Amino acid sequence: MTATIGAPVERVEGRAKVTGAARYTAEIAADRLAYAVLVGARVASGRVSSIDTRAAEHAPGVLAVLTHLNLARVAAVPNLFPSLFGRAAPGETFFPMQTDVVHYAGQPVAMVIASSLERAQHAATLLRIEYESAPPITTVEQGRTRAYEPSRIFGGLIPGRTVRGDVEAALARAELRIDATFRMAANHHNPIEPSATTAFWEDGRLMLHDATQGITATQMTVAAFLGLSPADVRVRTQFVGGGFGCKAMIWPHVTLAALAARHVGRPVRLALTREQMFTSCGHREEQEQRVVLGATRDGRLTAIRHHKLSPTSEFDDWAEPSLGSSELAYSCPNYEGVYRLFRSNTMTPTFTRGPGESTGMFALECAMDELASALGIDPLELRLRNHADADPSGKPWSSKSLKECYQLGADRFGWAQRNPAPRSQGDGRWLIGSGVATATYPVPALPHLQAQRARARLYADGSAIVECATQEFGTGAATAMAQVAADTLGIPFERVRFVYGDTDLPNSAAAVGSAGAGMLSSAVYAATSALRDQLVQLAIADAESPLHGAEPAAVDVKDGRLTRRDQPDRSEAYGDLLQRHSMRDAEAVGTWIPTGWDTGYAMTTFGVQFAEVAVDAELGLVRVRRLLGVFAPGRVLNPRTARSQLMGGMLWGLGQALLEGTLMDVRTGRCGLVLF
Amino acid sequence: MRPVSYARATSVAEAIAALRAHPDAAFLAGGTTEIDLLRLDVVRPNALVDINALPLSRIEDLADGGLRIGALARMSDVAEAPAVVERFPMLMQALLLGASAQLRNMATIGGNLLQRVRCSYFRDVASPCNKREPGTGCSALDGINRGHAVLGTSDHCIATHPSDLAVALIALDAVVRTEGPRGARAFPIDEFFLLPRDTPHLEHPTEHGELVVAVDVPAAPIARRSLYAKVRDRESYEFALASVAAAMDVQGGVIRAARVALGGVATKPWRARRAEQILVGAPAQRDTYARAAREELASARPRQLNAFKVELAQRAIVRALETLAETGGPQ
Repeated sequence: MTATIGAPVERVEGRAKVTGAARYTAEIAADRLAYAVLVGARVASGRVSSIDTRAAEHAPGVLAVLTHLNLARVAAVPNLFPSLFGRAAPGETFFPMQTDVVHYAGQPVAMVIASSLERAQHAATLLRIEYESAPPITTVEQGRTRAYEPSRIFGGLIPGRTVRGDVEAALARAELRIDATFRMAANHHNPIEPSATTAFWEDGRLMLHDATQGITATQMTVAAFLGLSPADVRVRTQFVGGGFGCKAMIWPHVTLAALAARHVGRPVRLALTREQMFTSCGHREEQEQRVVLGATRDGRLTAIRHHKLSPTSEFDDWAEPSLGSSELAYSCPNYEGVYRLFRSNTMTPTFTRGPGESTGMFALECAMDELASALGIDPLELRLRNHADADPSGKPWSSKSLKECYQLGADRFGWAQRNPAPRSQGDGRWLIGSGVATATYPVPALPHLQAQRARARLYADGSAIVECATQEFGTGAATAMAQVAADTLGIPFERVRFVYGDTDLPNSAAAVGSAGAGMLSSAVYAATSALRDQLVQLAIADAESPLHGAEPAAVDVKDGRLTRRDQPDRSEAYGDLLQRHSMRDAEAVGTWIPTGWDTGYAMTTFGVQFAEVAVDAELGLVRVRRLLGVFAPGRVLNPRTARSQLMGGMLWGLGQALLEGTLMDVRTGRCGLVLF
Repeated sequence: MRPVSYARATSVAEAIAALRAHPDAAFLAGGTTEIDLLRLDVVRPNALVDINALPLSRIEDLADGGLRIGALARMSDVAEAPAVVERFPMLMQALLLGASAQLRNMATIGGNLLQRVRCSYFRDVASPCNKREPGTGCSALDGINRGHAVLGTSDHCIATHPSDLAVALIALDAVVRTEGPRGARAFPIDEFFLLPRDTPHLEHPTEHGELVVAVDVPAAPIARRSLYAKVRDRESYEFALASVAAAMDVQGGVIRAARVALGGVATKPWRARRAEQILVGAPAQRDTYARAAREELASARPRQLNAFKVELAQRAIVRALETLAETGGPQ
């Protein structure tokens, strides 16, 4: 049997997904299921002055119309804290429909619950809602003069200002300076599955199905909002149709679904419409970034100043951490990163794929290209000259293969063969250009991350189940975890069933920050290692076992058997051992405590991307012909699913650079009008 | 979703009668836009009369060498019809560059001509819109109007007509055939689309219960050398920023005849008659094309975010005509 970790194993849930057998949240069947429809505020700032619900209440099939006048109050509004930490993780510290205030367009102001979706939708159109509205602030242009410097951003995790050395002095001395400003549109995630929650109450216990990147985060958050014990909230969700960050935090609609179910005494499904996906679950904020580089004539960076201005909500200090990459991407003695925010009539922004890295590296790398051009140095060579051999604090990297990435990428792309002179390469009416950029992504080695747990059980027939309170939202985690379990227990991949999608299983954090596979696999490894060690101990203490008396470290597990490495003929199957001891199975729980900052190593993923782009200058067309990415992300559990992840990230970058942007109508503060 | 009744008609007469009986009823063909608009509460019929079972999907030769395309023929079927591919390449291209493969398999020719605009404010019932609710105002005039029209606009509506197919048909002098309360009628396609003026809610000269049954495309030897060029932000699944249907007959370096129509820039499929006048009799060269394009766009009225379309449309015309002159268009 060969190791499966690192093998391109096909997704275990692939067939269920492509045949439609996999059930998503809005497809969960329930007896007497009722349907809730949210009605969003049509103004972006002000208050609801009146709601006439009579026509809606009398429409056929309507069970309830809830507004701030009759919706139950939430027990508490928990602090905004990213969902990695085992606490409540609301997307914003504002819960709608508690008062008449309107902070942003689309904010829920009413909820109609009816016996069918269509009836609820129709009744929602019968509501007559009047507003007192004030002119909204929603864009950087409008908010520029109101900006302030927050002490911390991103749920309090990141300081608003980070300084190393003396940037001002270094820029004054710099032989060359580049000063560039970048404007970036807001982005909305829009995974293929819009967010949805199905809620019902069973013997006083709240049962939820939720399209979430963290069923445990849903559990903790809804429990906090409703004043329930986590023991009284159970979330079951196996499949999630993508998230890209909009399901990383737990947004108000989830708790509203639970409140609706309690109000009508029936199971309630609340599925957001595509339009509501623009005003219900966060976004990447519009932003302006300014990068000032100082350098020597031979292309050594002496200063990086990276400032960002962006809108946040009226109640939270949130900016995606766009400046973190500039702090460590290159060796540079002087650095200054400053976030500035202004209050706006939008909801609180949130994680959006490449949250901060994609925008921050875009700005930094464009500035690096400007510098390369000004210096007459090849852009790749400039990056090599500024390679950071250690992190800014001097810690060695846990691993870093960026130079190898540069080399491999340049070879495969044919970087050396290009003519760098502008407009020198063409194909018919197309001008052809190429470019390169460094990629970085942090490893979330943060203090206070929650313990990750998994439970492993081996049956006497040599099959195993491994359980964990996680979910499969398209990353391939269920497949990769079975691979880890199979290798650690020494049984074939096909004999492992990874069981997930239920908060009654051992705890794991939400799958966010590209940390899911790393954290989950550590728990699975801990559980399966503990189980293996337990069985090894059982065998070596057993006089009837061929392994009796062996050193534990001298026992291999392979092909469902325990074997003395130095005496391969002294071996027995797991099943024989268990049966001799009248054991149906053996079981162990494994716990992995995430490392904090004090590992002695700096941890960051590096890579490089090359692009070949065609431009029709006359018609203004931009078409990307080739994208090549080379990444060194550490140990790859499954190259097939890892490749999908990387390709997905590159395609998001392509869309972000060329096509995507949420349009805001500044007159009304409304975005995401029905554009499709 | 509003309550709506549904019935399936088995003959044209029955379908027309069903609509006449219900002042708020609507025909349902491919449904690729209508159902969306129904769900968005933008269109509010109280009854749908499904016409998909009617025998209106044939593509037949006309005696003069033209084609009669049944109103229920699917976009994908028309695009693949050998007669279309051989005689009217611009029509084939306009069909294949429109919508998406899935939509083309459902959407009908009649429905394509009757499709509603993609203006965000039209599709958003919370926004004022003269087309949706006459007299409420036009949100697009000073709103997000990058995709909006620069030709044929009024102070009441600047929504772009979204069809690619109609642009090719207008270049080909197609005729829209209907049957209705007043019997059979035929509209030159240019007259089938109304300018918004101060009545943007009126889009066609037809009356309630009048059913498009076919589109006639008259013989046009010039169209064998024709093309449809579509400029858009991305290569597929996207509407035109500017598009050009063009055919040109060049002999001895002189343009003997030309057909030019524009999409993506006007409130109706736009026959560029001024450009054609300049082209005919002039030398087949870039200067001619540029002058024709310039004069055609002279009446453009851009708004804040769509001003680029005035220049882009001209460049698209020049590119289309240059391509035709160089290659003769795809044969």
